[in-house]
Amino acid sequence: MNTLIEATELTRILKETVPVTLVKDISLTIGEQQFVAVTGPSGSGKSSLLYLLGLLDRPTGGTLSIRGRDTARMDEDERAATRLANIGFVFQFHFLLPEFTARENVEIPMRKLGRLSRDEMCRRAGDLLAALGLADHLDKRPDQLSGGQRQRVAVARALANDPPLILADEPTGSLDSKNSEQVFKILETLVREQGKTVVAVTHDLDMASRMDRRLHLIDGSLITEADKSMISSEGETPES
Amino acid sequence: MRLIIDIALTHIFGRGRQTIVAMLGVAVGVGFSIAMAALMQGGQDDFVRQLVDTMPHVQVTDEQRTARRQPAEDLFDATAISGLRPRDDRRGIINPTAALSWLDGWIPGRFAATLKAQGVIRYSGQEVGAAVIGIDPQAEPRVSPIIEDFKAGSFAALAAGGNNAVIGDTMAARLGAKLGDTITAVSSEGLSRRFKIVGLFHTGTTARDEGEAYVLQKNAQILSARPNAINEINIKLNDPNAAVTVARRIETELGYKAVAWQEANESILEALVVRNVIMYTVVAAIMLVAGFGIFNIISTITHEKARDIAIMKSLGFTEADMRILFVLEGVAIATAGTLLGWAFGFAMVYTLSLVRFEISATGQEMTRLPIAWSMLHYSIAAAFALGSAAVAGYLPARRAARANPVDIIRGAT
Repeated sequence: MNTLIEATELTRILKETVPVTLVKDISLTIGEQQFVAVTGPSGSGKSSLLYLLGLLDRPTGGTLSIRGRDTARMDEDERAATRLANIGFVFQFHFLLPEFTARENVEIPMRKLGRLSRDEMCRRAGDLLAALGLADHLDKRPDQLSGGQRQRVAVARALANDPPLILADEPTGSLDSKNSEQVFKILETLVREQGKTVVAVTHDLDMASRMDRRLHLIDGSLITEADKSMISSEGETPES
Repeated sequence: MRLIIDIALTHIFGRGRQTIVAMLGVAVGVGFSIAMAALMQGGQDDFVRQLVDTMPHVQVTDEQRTARRQPAEDLFDATAISGLRPRDDRRGIINPTAALSWLDGWIPGRFAATLKAQGVIRYSGQEVGAAVIGIDPQAEPRVSPIIEDFKAGSFAALAAGGNNAVIGDTMAARLGAKLGDTITAVSSEGLSRRFKIVGLFHTGTTARDEGEAYVLQKNAQILSARPNAINEINIKLNDPNAAVTVARRIETELGYKAVAWQEANESILEALVVRNVIMYTVVAAIMLVAGFGIFNIISTITHEKARDIAIMKSLGFTEADMRILFVLEGVAIATAGTLLGWAFGFAMVYTLSLVRFEISATGQEMTRLPIAWSMLHYSIAAAFALGSAAVAGYLPARRAARANPVDIIRGAT
């Protein structure tokens, strides 16, 4: 299994009047085709870790490599280019651009990357949305879609440039149980059938228990790292 | 880039009312700037045209600007002479035939020699102080602006010979005289001569209509007891802007004072420069106000679109993309506003050009507002509008582009 992400003593401290430690000395390795859950209580640094892994934020200590490339040496434009081609984000809220249709929202990352022709982009956006059950909603704007549909459009957008890594920040947090299950299965399919790596922050321990690995954070530190076999039926790791 | 343009246009059209208000702000600014510039420039052009048309481009008189070089200066290595003034010798231009012949050889235009003498015109117990100007009826029409202002008769009537005079209609009215009446001209030397009025003119300039009487040059020479003398050469050049160079050469080679129209009206031309500075300052102020409108809408858009900015950055858009996006939005609004402003400005200028009225009390008659039609005004207004829009768009765009997407995403959730 090839290594996709390698973090060593990753630290993020907010330089406020009183410094706040968001992430503290986290070392981890995430390989390709892994379905990883990040759990922990509120304020434990789950989202902060995800933003660091997604190059949306810069660590104040430690190192982070993506596909063997040290991200500390990247300038902002290189980080943006890496995000564009290698990372797809799914947030708790869909964060679709409200003036654009579902298809246009999915096309935007592709148009930014510029690898495909307009026809190919249009076709791919349609295929992605159809695969997520939105074939009849291609030309609807976000305000014409339900919450679950919007989130699925957001997943399609994250997949637009076929990135190897999907980072999801509580992707089911704002959905009902039915839609949550649907989105979870989509993410699982990405890993099992398309070979993507998905790192998802979640409060849902049952959902976390169905993933390959679980990273449990408390106060910014990685307390446990358990694989699926170590997770108990209650969804708690033996150590926690 | 096409993507950025599409997003920019989507933002703009998505905020129709605000966009229209900002666009109208720019349009009104551009329109009024154009109208004001057209009026100011038109007034200035009209004023300068009157200056150029109604007076000689170069006037050579029998004065000397500086005292002649003194023999002592040639004789000794070091000479200090103080209190030296040009001799007040107004005998006229010496050897006028040679001077006129010399001018004829190179002047790029035409000229006429005159003898101007101060005197009094009398008729039926009325007296009016006047300049009695002796002219050559063949040459004078080539340089005189009066030629187009005759109400009756013409300079040609002087050529018929005899003691004929052409006077302004205001002078005739003050004297109570009319065409065909005989007036008496009395010179400062005390000599008098009777002239029959064979022409009346009305230039609109009171000083000229009330204070000038034209007679044959020979008659003026007799009246002022200066046989064969001339004391003025009036020159009209093909290119009025060459007046300074021509005047300088005449003064150097002929020795007499030669005044270009620019020198004669230096203070007025300086005032026009000041007026232009004021005009463009006001134009800049108008566009600045329009720029605030654009700043306001771009600030509002960037504020409201903070979440979208964060998302786009998370998707892989760079800070430069974000800056370009919002500057583009500002410039797009300004471009639309400018096009509308051009149409508005054109309509205003056209309407102003139709306004007609008369002012006779000032001595000048105006029948319409002087308007200048110049692409430069449109270009300057557009440059101000687009420039201020670019700045107005850039400032909030820079702030928005620098924002940390994590802060915005956290805030949004």
